[in-house]
Amino acid sequence: MELWFSEKHTPSVKFSIQVDRQLYCGQSEFQRIDIFDSKEFGRFLTLDGFMMLTEKDEFIYHEMMVHIPMAVHPAAKKVLIIGGGDGGAIRELVRYPLVEHIDLVEIDELVVEVCKKHLPQTACCFNDERVTVHYQDGLKFIRRCENEYDLIIVDSTDPFGPGEGLFTKEFYGNCYKALKEDGIMVNQHESAFYLDDAVAMQRAHKRIVESFPISRVYQAHIPTYPSGHWLFGFASKKYHPIEDLKAVKWNAQGFKTRYYNTQLHVGAFALPNYVEELLKDVE
Amino acid sequence: MPKLNQQRMPIMEALNEFKRNRLVPFDVPGHKRGKGNPELTEFLGERCMTLDVNSMKPLDNLCHPVSVIKEAEELAADAFGAKQAFFMVNGTTSAVQTMVLSACKKGEKIILPRNVHRSVINAMILGGAIPVYVNPETNHEIGISLGMTLSAVAKAIQENPDAKAILVNNPTYYGVCSNLKAIVEMAHASGMLVLADEAHGTHFYFGENMPISGMAAGADMASVSMHKSGGSLTQSSFLLVGAGMNPGYVRQIINLTQTTSGSYLLLSSLDISRKNLAVNGKEIFAKVTAMAQYARDEINQIGDYYAYSKELINGDTIYDFDATKLSINTLNVGLAGIEVYNILRDEYDIQVEFGDVGNILAYISVGDSQRNLERLVSALAEIRRIYKKDKAGMLQYEYINPAVAVAPQEAFYADKEALPLEKSGGRICSEFVMCYPPGIPILAPGEMITAEILDSIEYVKDKGCFLTGPEDMEIEYLNVLKED
Repeated sequence: MELWFSEKHTPSVKFSIQVDRQLYCGQSEFQRIDIFDSKEFGRFLTLDGFMMLTEKDEFIYHEMMVHIPMAVHPAAKKVLIIGGGDGGAIRELVRYPLVEHIDLVEIDELVVEVCKKHLPQTACCFNDERVTVHYQDGLKFIRRCENEYDLIIVDSTDPFGPGEGLFTKEFYGNCYKALKEDGIMVNQHESAFYLDDAVAMQRAHKRIVESFPISRVYQAHIPTYPSGHWLFGFASKKYHPIEDLKAVKWNAQGFKTRYYNTQLHVGAFALPNYVEELLKDVE
Repeated sequence: MPKLNQQRMPIMEALNEFKRNRLVPFDVPGHKRGKGNPELTEFLGERCMTLDVNSMKPLDNLCHPVSVIKEAEELAADAFGAKQAFFMVNGTTSAVQTMVLSACKKGEKIILPRNVHRSVINAMILGGAIPVYVNPETNHEIGISLGMTLSAVAKAIQENPDAKAILVNNPTYYGVCSNLKAIVEMAHASGMLVLADEAHGTHFYFGENMPISGMAAGADMASVSMHKSGGSLTQSSFLLVGAGMNPGYVRQIINLTQTTSGSYLLLSSLDISRKNLAVNGKEIFAKVTAMAQYARDEINQIGDYYAYSKELINGDTIYDFDATKLSINTLNVGLAGIEVYNILRDEYDIQVEFGDVGNILAYISVGDSQRNLERLVSALAEIRRIYKKDKAGMLQYEYINPAVAVAPQEAFYADKEALPLEKSGGRICSEFVMCYPPGIPILAPGEMITAEILDSIEYVKDKGCFLTGPEDMEIEYLNVLKED
């Protein structure tokens, strides 16, 4: 018997993983949630049939989402995560003793429940006393925040579906308002390779550039995402992602990481020419 | 309460049957179920093209319905509580024109508020009726025209006992309702008809706790834009007729200007939407009302914006308010409504229905999601944070009492000349000037051009309103009546 999970990365490109068995299938108010187990990638979570994370490669995404801004702003105390119901970003954040409070705003309570049960590798730290989970629309939550956070991590799904509101100018503008004067926002920034993703990436970038004085894009290689080449946004009011990197300080903490290091930090902001051109087009 | 089986959709059923019968088409339309126009078929979809067919025996004929369209019209009349319902495919504009043309012949008077849609005045150009305008009072705080006071209507009736009809907006674009029932009683006591322009009031017939509908209030005719809150395709509409009218004559008036090739896409959309509202309308409009109220509460918490509703009700000029309308006053943010309207579209990818001098209207319907409401509210909050400025220099909307010098028809067809806008003061205008939307004329044919009106045109132009009406597309010249 062969059972395969397939996701169309474009109408004519398919990415497939052989599935050992399905662990969960459910429909929330917002989306269909599935958890599968596989030989190659371990357990993986999909929403509406789109790959969210696998046990094998999630470390790349979560380390790059968290350690990049934390190495620039090591004094960050209050952090907001929008989305991220799988708990992976929380797991990386709670390693920092200086972080005092983490608000996680996830629209879909069922995602958190399912991840706690089936994906303990990422959903391991919801019990940390510094974490408060809010089940709410991210756009609504952030509308009421002003000058409150040192770091905002936008760990959203793709801009087609429940996550759409998190790729808008009103959202980025509200993030700006919610950040302190030296605050940083990082966001998952889609990919530049396939046309539809590239257009979404450009739109998001344009809206961020309009909202923040400093806005840079960095990259990582994530095998299970379309094209395997993924981008992240780094937007900030004050700190430059490379000039303000506190490498010595970060390394002194002695964290063991599998993907991130401070040399890679600098290199991740060096982008391929075609990506630079796409970004420049909308800057 | 409807007496017929409102689950039925005779036009849709006939179209389905027609498709099963696979008739060979040697009639129009020439695209022959889409096969003759592959590019269009690819774009609109094959299902859509196979339904774009002509009148024929199994599908009835809109100009003279005897079978399935007749049945569908009976079901619609039943659902709306009317004596007769007409399927309209030339927009609510043609429904409104039919009302005026059915009620008034050349030289006969019609009493109406000035904040009517242009289609009402168009009908006067076509038919030669004479307008008697009643001043709709103004709310100065938010800067909108309201409804007619009963005393003003009574005065107009007294001064014009020969008038044939009274036209009432039920509601206005912003959601304001006049005391329609009392106006109907006064009009009928004086032998006048009441025509309800319900372009923005389809839901009054189906929702709970709504303002009274035209037919329930005893109006003689009502024009209902099914394609607005009713969910049918753009350009489709119902004309409803009450007990006091002769439906055969109304049909003749419709056939003066309506196409003889009524689109079955539009007709079936009316049929299906009527069924949906008759069966699910209560729930649908309860949901819409709740969404509008949620958004209103959130917007009022932002500060400076004022999303108004039933608290405005004052027993006369705002006899009732349509709480499904999300009208928002923007003046305290220091921005004209039209400026917020433009920023929302250009900067935030959000299109609202219209913006005027002091307000925007966001149209909420059953097709909206909570997520999109959050976007609208957040975008408004952001616009306030980024653009807020002192409100000095903002024009307060003032109602300009129109000086009707010549009847609309006479003015439209009179000898005229084009004058630069600034030199047209003191002359009689022969054309319309309006912001679109909402399509309520600033100037109509036959009205005197005053300095106040010219200032107002300059202001809305400057704020970025989309002006329409005049022959000169740049709106730099106005056609005025030649002086002897």
